[in-house]
Amino acid sequence: MIKFESVVKRYPDGTVAVNGLDLVAPSGQITVFVGPSGCGKTTSLRMINRMIEPTSGRIWLDDQDTGSVDAATLRRGIGYVIQHAGLFPHRTIVDNVATVPFLLGWDRKKARARAMELMERVGLPAAFASRYPAQLSGGQQQRVGVARALAADPPVMLMDEPFSAVDPVVRHELQEEFLRLQSELGKTIVFVTHDIDEAVKLGDQVAVLKVGGTLAQLATPAQLLTDPVDDFVAGFVGRDRGYRALGFETSGDLPTHTEQTVSLGDDGAKVQQAAVEGWVLAVDSERKPIGWVSVHAVPPGQTVRPELLQRGGTTAPIGGSLRAALDAALSSPSGRGVLVDENDVLIGTISAGEVIERIEKQLASRRSVGAEPAPTPGTSK
Amino acid sequence: MIEYLKAHPDEVTQYFIAHVWLSVLPVVFGLLIALPIGWLASRYRWTYPPITNIAGLLYTIPSLALFIIMPSIIQTKILSPVNVVVALTVYTVALLVRVVADGLNSVPEDVRAAATAMGFKGIGRFLRVELPIAVPVITAGVRVATVSNVSLVSVGALIGVAQLGSLFTEGFSRNVMSVVLLGILLCLLLALILDGVILLLNRWLTPWQRLSGVTGREIPEPAPQLDAKKEVVA
Repeated sequence: MIKFESVVKRYPDGTVAVNGLDLVAPSGQITVFVGPSGCGKTTSLRMINRMIEPTSGRIWLDDQDTGSVDAATLRRGIGYVIQHAGLFPHRTIVDNVATVPFLLGWDRKKARARAMELMERVGLPAAFASRYPAQLSGGQQQRVGVARALAADPPVMLMDEPFSAVDPVVRHELQEEFLRLQSELGKTIVFVTHDIDEAVKLGDQVAVLKVGGTLAQLATPAQLLTDPVDDFVAGFVGRDRGYRALGFETSGDLPTHTEQTVSLGDDGAKVQQAAVEGWVLAVDSERKPIGWVSVHAVPPGQTVRPELLQRGGTTAPIGGSLRAALDAALSSPSGRGVLVDENDVLIGTISAGEVIERIEKQLASRRSVGAEPAPTPGTSK
Repeated sequence: MIEYLKAHPDEVTQYFIAHVWLSVLPVVFGLLIALPIGWLASRYRWTYPPITNIAGLLYTIPSLALFIIMPSIIQTKILSPVNVVVALTVYTVALLVRVVADGLNSVPEDVRAAATAMGFKGIGRFLRVELPIAVPVITAGVRVATVSNVSLVSVGALIGVAQLGSLFTEGFSRNVMSVVLLGILLCLLLALILDGVILLLNRWLTPWQRLSGVTGREIPEPAPQLDAKKEVVA
């Protein structure tokens, strides 16, 4: 647990970066600091490992006042990941990862063995060990940055916009892997970003900070989207809040329709016969959906070929979010959203109207339960 | 020229060896002195302008004048080679202070921040992170200082310190130009050798520099892990 107690950072020129911050980042959870530039989110983060010293107030790491320990010792027990990774260009990848174990005086062999283990854990091939950072792509460097932060197995990790300098595809990949890693490791993480979508995606709780360094709202992502506390938060959270909030509504068992399917190589005649409203779903040998086929694309006498497939539709996992289910229906060329099980195998289809019906029912039952406020995270523990 | 070399092999060899010492020692001492001063100029930014300006001023003192006044400052004998070593150390410091500061300033801010966050302390951070990264920039300055020293040492012949410069004074006084030419060629040779040695040293100290430009593309990115929650095209 990390606890901020009336923390203030005022610079000699009078600028107040952080103004009386009180909050708790619970153990084993991801707390995201988000806000526009100048809101003091990075300053707040850097005060945890004392790269910046607070002007007043205290920061507790469990029951230890961070101000009472040697700064370097404190830092060796806290993982740190920054934008652009900040790898040491003159050290090999394995030695970069082993930085903190080396500093802690581990045996070099043991430290390198541990580093190799972590490289594997973050998805880096062992062949990278003897390379230098300049030889890696931005995404790969950031993986090394994460491995380096994890090397001495610190209970706490600080992450300062770690994924903002890579392209969207790599960012998505890194975020997914980060969540997977966290589900295995259960670290106490404070994560800084200016991107509200990233905050909502990664955070167990999200702290929205305002310019001038005050806390505007501390809430779960779902609460933030459905119940922003003021105009600032509402504006910062942005448009499409209603739709995005559906991402946190699990669908439960949705009613599905069975769907006739065709396979690659099937004749146009079979397509004509199986199609409903001009479209039929194509699946592979494991019954995983691969795309939709239009009756016009495959007349009798021709066969279903990969290039004739319409691949615009997304699939939604059964029991996943209502957002995914609605998106599957809206993106499907046939208007029928494809639902799959945990192995991506076809279960059936659902229409957008049916998903909306479910959404309305769920939200209505929520309203009837009353305006009882959801519990605020982070105030206990 | 060749005749002179054949007639006085020992003398020329002694000149050459003396020249090596008189050029190299000031570089070593100068670098050792410039490192902490350059660090200061880099660590506390407000000290950078005064420090580099004073260093620049030192460099404008004429070498002959410095050789001559050195004995009265450091209480040495007028003919002592120590005068030359100390004077050239002053020039080397003057050259290298700025280079060391610039080299340390070239360390990217995120690398510096990462080093602090990993728990490096002051001197450890300097020796194990900042200095190694600054080596290529510092090396460039050391090459200039070394070559310039090889040339400045020869001025010491005017105050009677024996080295390759003595060939210039001898050749001039006896009006034998080939001896002067021999001195020039040997100075050139020495400068080239020392420059080569520094380059080799730099290569050895900075293995990561040779590899820049190679990207990670030779080894494919690890395949993204698919999971059920990911949107799969259908």
